[in-house]
Amino acid sequence: MIDDAPALPPELLLRVERLTMRFGGLTAVNDVSFDVRRGEITALIGPNGAGKTTVFNCITGFYKPTVGRLTLASKEGPLLLERLRDHQISRKANVARTFQNIRLFGGMTALENLLVAQHAPLMKASGLTVLGVLGIGGFNKAERAAIEKAKVWLERIGLIDRADDPAADLPYGDQRRLEIARAMCTEPVLLCLDEPAAGLNPRESLELNALLRSIRDEDGAAVLLIEHDMSVVMEISDHVVVLDYGKKISDGAPLHVRNDPKVIAAYLGVEDEEVESVENEISAEASS
Amino acid sequence: MPDAHAGAAAPSVFAVAFKDAALAALVALGLAAPMLGLVTVQTQSGIELEQHWGRVAIAVAIVFAGRLLLNLTLWRPGRKKSLGYVPPKVEARLARFAKYLAPLAILGAVVMPMLPFTERYAIDLGILVLTYVMLGWGLNIVVGLAGLLDLGYVAFYAVGAYSYALLAQYFGLSFWVCLPLAGILAAFWGVILGFPVLRLRGDYLAIVTLAFGEIIRIVLLNWYWFTGGPNGISGIPRPSFFGLDFDRGDDGFAATFGLDYSPLHRIVFLYYLILALALITNFVTIRLRRLPIGRAWEALREDEIACRSLGINTVNTKLTAFALGAMFAGFAGSFFATRQGFISPESFVFMESALILAIVVLGGMGSQFGVAVAAVVMIGGFELFREFSDYRMITFGLVMVLIMIWRPRGLVSTRSPSVFLKEKKAISGSLVQEGHG
Ligand SMILES: Nc1ncnc2c1ncn2[C@@H]1O[C@H](COP(=O)(O)OP(=O)(O)OP(=O)(O)O)[C@@H](O)[C@H]1O
Ligand SMILES: [Mg+2]
Repeated sequence: MIDDAPALPPELLLRVERLTMRFGGLTAVNDVSFDVRRGEITALIGPNGAGKTTVFNCITGFYKPTVGRLTLASKEGPLLLERLRDHQISRKANVARTFQNIRLFGGMTALENLLVAQHAPLMKASGLTVLGVLGIGGFNKAERAAIEKAKVWLERIGLIDRADDPAADLPYGDQRRLEIARAMCTEPVLLCLDEPAAGLNPRESLELNALLRSIRDEDGAAVLLIEHDMSVVMEISDHVVVLDYGKKISDGAPLHVRNDPKVIAAYLGVEDEEVESVENEISAEASS
Repeated sequence: MPDAHAGAAAPSVFAVAFKDAALAALVALGLAAPMLGLVTVQTQSGIELEQHWGRVAIAVAIVFAGRLLLNLTLWRPGRKKSLGYVPPKVEARLARFAKYLAPLAILGAVVMPMLPFTERYAIDLGILVLTYVMLGWGLNIVVGLAGLLDLGYVAFYAVGAYSYALLAQYFGLSFWVCLPLAGILAAFWGVILGFPVLRLRGDYLAIVTLAFGEIIRIVLLNWYWFTGGPNGISGIPRPSFFGLDFDRGDDGFAATFGLDYSPLHRIVFLYYLILALALITNFVTIRLRRLPIGRAWEALREDEIACRSLGINTVNTKLTAFALGAMFAGFAGSFFATRQGFISPESFVFMESALILAIVVLGGMGSQFGVAVAAVVMIGGFELFREFSDYRMITFGLVMVLIMIWRPRGLVSTRSPSVFLKEKKAISGSLVQEGHG
């Protein structure tokens, strides 16, 4: 293994090289390489069990890759993500993520959720708690700033009126957006979203697209997202990577990927009309 | 109870109830037959088996009738909700009520020893209750806020008590010097024990903390030359009032202030000392909850994985909760040592840990007010029923079961948010996670 991380070309934010993750005999991710460019929305797609979430878990430090190198261009120079522990990924590399099955702090309010995300700067301001307990130092000012930032995000996701409600009480779509806002409160350079559109209705899905575009254009964070809904992928992503059985089978612009015969074979499988007819057959069988 | 559906529903309800009761009776028969029905007695020729089928029949009949009755009344389908269900509105009102009640309770505690009709016994009981209030609040940081199930909390209480006793014995240090040292030492042991343990979760954490609690007690018991083993340590110095001792001497507390000597002075002083210690614990906990560390504890209790994704070092965060909880137990321990004047490992058995944990759980995990009320009820009740000796434990268990049925999340089950934008709304306990280690 090479010791020092090589510098990446300036337009690249993350370079995944030869990533392999094995669980016992099962190879969930097999020799996958791809790049995430700055200022772009990159989509990671593939059928169920293709290894998408596993790639995320490797990037965000929850799994240690069996083989592979993950280089992130941080402000302080290139960083090797596979060497960092999970909580360091957020602080040092500024990579934030959401989860496929939403993981909010359900018994805490929406506002509190966004404050927990600002733990590191607030902790510093509270003098590692000691000064904070005594009520000296600049903690109060820092907390007011943190609340302001939380308010801005609550406005952006349209939840300002529900700031004082427990997160678990929010409707599903609101929870999804709150989780994204919480991740954004850590001020990431790379935002990883695991199926953010799952379970959203068409209107919420459109709002989500707008939110993701604004994160890319206004906050300047690159977005890496896993998505099942092809229409969402085609609509908002600048770059698509396709996995199947842990292997990368295609990589490129949305239109290129869409017309790639390998992708059609593996992912889309068959033409749309045929999918419909197969679905009808299945539902007919199930009901009889 | 006749109602609109009685005609259609009654026979089936009865049939179900009957079936269920018969099943319960069968289980009772299985249990009672060997346990009640067969008794071995010693005779001259050896051991013989006596048969008491009458007893078995009575037991089975009681179970059958009782179960049938319950099925038809309290457990009737459709009635289930009435037990232990409190509407959210009432819940919110209770929480608001608690807010005004807390300052009143503190005021009551402050004036209690000054009231003319207060006897020595009441002040002694007050000291005992306040010690457990403080322990409950300390453990509340670990269990209620951070969601770490600690079954060995009494170990840190013991560390505090022995720290003071030993420092006083070997180095002649005074209580006021030892009090902070005892807290620091207990916190230190909290970190030492916490470090390997906190990687475990849930049941495993509970079992290992229980074991550590026992290890500390057994070390104290067997380290004879240092701790006095089972004989404990006696002659622990009493606390002084800024250098003034509570004795008959000319430079004692009473003489200096021109009072007649009374042993009550010391008791009252101890009472205010533990009240102050408990209130400091409370104040610090309330402050911590509003600081990032407190929010991180609660977030950890809600979802550890999400915490890690947000850059929170979960090991350090758990350790601080463990160490702070231990520190307050250490303070309480050194108070205990100076009050008793004598300590031995017998005061630090698992039962104490269980009692403190019961106070936290009954009070409602995370609620300062609930924990205080639970401590008053449990310790006060325990003392009041002292005459009933053996039945005390049974009653205690029964009351706990009843409270857990009536209020499964404790007396105060709502969580109050640490910050708010417009309106502070109590959060229903059913949304709040209990933590899994
Ligand atoms: N911790 C683990 N231990 C063992 N096997 C795992 C683990 N995590 C994932 N896998 C396996 O790895 C494979 C890829 O899983 P992964 O969750 O990455 O798929 P995915 O592409 O996210 O699928 P989906 O679209 O259903 O979310 C699956 O076969 C899964 O069972
Ligand atoms: Mg997945």
